[in-house]
Amino acid sequence: MKKSILFGITAALGLSAGAVFADGHGSTLDVVKERGNLLCGVSTGSPGFSGVDDSGMNVGFDVDYCRALAAAIFNDPMAVSFVPLSSAVRFTALASGEVDILARNTTWTYSRDTDLKQTFLGVTYYDGQGFMVKKDLGVNSTLELDGATVCIQVGTTTELNLADYFKANNMSYEPVPTTDNAESKQQYLAGACDTYTTDASALHGTRINLENPDDHMVLPEIISKEPLGPLVRHGDDNWADIGRWVLNALVIAEEKGITSANIDSFADTADAEIHRLLGTGDDDILAMMNMPKDAMYNAIKATGNYGEIFERNLGASSGINIVRGVNNSWTNGGILYSPPFR
Amino acid sequence: MSKLAYVREKEIPQSAPPITEVGIIKWLRENLFSSWLNSILTVLSLYFIFILLKDFIPWAYGAHWTTGSIRECYDVNPDVACFSVLTARWKQLLFGFYPPEEYWRPTLTFFLLILSIIPILFTRFVRFFWFSLLYPGLAIWLLWGGSIWSVAIIYFGLGLGFLSFLIMDSRLIRSASISLLAACLITVLFFMFLASFSAEMLSSLIPIYLPYVESLKFGGFTLSLIVGVTGIVASFPLGIVLALGRQSDLPLVKMICVGFIEFIRGVPLITLLFVASVLLNYFLPPGSNFDIVLRVIIMVTLFSAAYMAEVIRGGLAGLPVGQHEASAALGLTYWQSQRLIIMPQALKISIPGIVNTFIGLFKDTTLVSIISLMDPVGLASLIRADTKWNGIYWELYIAVGLMFFIFCFGMSQYSQYLERKLKTDN
Repeated sequence: MKKSILFGITAALGLSAGAVFADGHGSTLDVVKERGNLLCGVSTGSPGFSGVDDSGMNVGFDVDYCRALAAAIFNDPMAVSFVPLSSAVRFTALASGEVDILARNTTWTYSRDTDLKQTFLGVTYYDGQGFMVKKDLGVNSTLELDGATVCIQVGTTTELNLADYFKANNMSYEPVPTTDNAESKQQYLAGACDTYTTDASALHGTRINLENPDDHMVLPEIISKEPLGPLVRHGDDNWADIGRWVLNALVIAEEKGITSANIDSFADTADAEIHRLLGTGDDDILAMMNMPKDAMYNAIKATGNYGEIFERNLGASSGINIVRGVNNSWTNGGILYSPPFR
Repeated sequence: MSKLAYVREKEIPQSAPPITEVGIIKWLRENLFSSWLNSILTVLSLYFIFILLKDFIPWAYGAHWTTGSIRECYDVNPDVACFSVLTARWKQLLFGFYPPEEYWRPTLTFFLLILSIIPILFTRFVRFFWFSLLYPGLAIWLLWGGSIWSVAIIYFGLGLGFLSFLIMDSRLIRSASISLLAACLITVLFFMFLASFSAEMLSSLIPIYLPYVESLKFGGFTLSLIVGVTGIVASFPLGIVLALGRQSDLPLVKMICVGFIEFIRGVPLITLLFVASVLLNYFLPPGSNFDIVLRVIIMVTLFSAAYMAEVIRGGLAGLPVGQHEASAALGLTYWQSQRLIIMPQALKISIPGIVNTFIGLFKDTTLVSIISLMDPVGLASLIRADTKWNGIYWELYIAVGLMFFIFCFGMSQYSQYLERKLKTDN
């Protein structure tokens, strides 16, 4: 153990009485730089978004975003420590300074943005609530689910969405309450319910590891908006800007066709925005938020653009096989649209 | 002389006892089929065991151990266990995210732990007790790394305090309480002014370093054992002090002890852990980094110390009041009578309760998965987040349960051994 910790405990405890609150933190960027690594809050396990591979490496969509951010700050995608947070403690952990940024498939809502005093940096993934059914049920649309038994996690927004949706479409259903996704799945497989509902990304992740995935399908309708994104504390706008523009840079990179493999071939491009983004031109606009000129270059080089991150963690090569859908660049018919890098 | 009808001239050879009175049949008759009710219960129990094993044994026996993912398990044979996840992930379950090239450190620490508790558990080896005292520092250094001198200096400081107490108590002041205060003052002064400086100087003179491993990398059974063992070791003496304090005649001491015990017992452990993990940061100066594992250990220790105090108080209450009076009549001081008369008997009575608290504490360490530390249960859900293993439940939980069972059963067996050894009644 660091001796500073050992010796500091007594001192820290003594000082604690007169300590100021965590809101009094200085610049988060300075704190992160001084510490030498980024503290990134991720989920305690969510297929495709945050997990650990066989070699003990953190992997996932949210994980890769934090690696891009670390690469932008330190030119080292490994300079990040991942703090697994349960949904119960995630906001408190962020507010108390236990983590610098929260990338934990968190839905951006009004009250979380305002009442909980968080700043959402954008949307990394447009999720929504979906339904999984057995194919032999013969249902091809959620509108055919009138009278169905539905396994639903109690106390979640999905429970409320479900009630709203069935009421709006004048249908009835019989809820089978469960406590988490794992229980929903077991109940569904045991035949306790005709269908089970949760975020579509989780349904896809669950389906591929059922014993016979081809016997099940995720219905095409999405009945709620669940925009997932990273967030930081209120009060440090520069830190929020850095997080937001690293995300935007990943999206712009895909728009412009910049990948981790071909990123070095853009030195002579005529596109001025690419020069500004990669720091290959004359003007150093990254300095406006106290970042090195090649910050975005390092981020894209380390993790690839948005499309590469998606493909690696959620797309066909991950095995989860979620189609891009709305999570595609606006140039490809999706709704990912970054403000210009100017 | 009357004629005898029959005289036995030689002894009848001993015949074997009836078949129902020997060996396994006797045991079965006496233990399983001694009455109608027992027979029915036996048959029912056998039936239930059969139902359980009928599915479990083929499931576990033909299990996959080498496939690369749960999908491969399904493809080969979906009806048997997929223990391949353990083959792929056992290191994570044991060591968490500890750097693989440093795995020898927690391993060595574990084996040294066994060596260091032997002198405590078995009186035969008590002459090696010095190693048990050295072990905590050694373990801290091995697990977290850094310079050996920062740990050595702490030992030096504590030793200095103890030594100055001994000298002052026996030679200079001859008053235990004043000597104790003075010794504490010396120790504090040493840590405030000399410790940091001398540790740095020694580190630069004779650098003995291990790579530093941050607490977030700790996980799996290493973490459970660190939290569990430290909590057990620290909560026991603290519990004794609290129990004595609660019975003290000094109102202030008594009030503090009762307040502490009742407060801690009135709050769920999970609340204390939440305080340790997220709320404490609000009260510490910005930028201060108070080690998360240490925070958890402190909370777990305080929590089980409160329970321990009540268990020991139960033992104290079980002693006849004559024991106190007799020791006072012998002219023993308070501490002498506690050490020689009261505590040995009270602790003996409390052994089952103490071990109960220990086992409970050890199992409670799984709660840390809620506050961003990855104990084996938390790791199980993290492992499931990998698409390769998403959908595996039983295999992981059986492995984790088995490991916990080994430790808890060991503790329970030792407590029974101790009770038999200390039995003095006839």
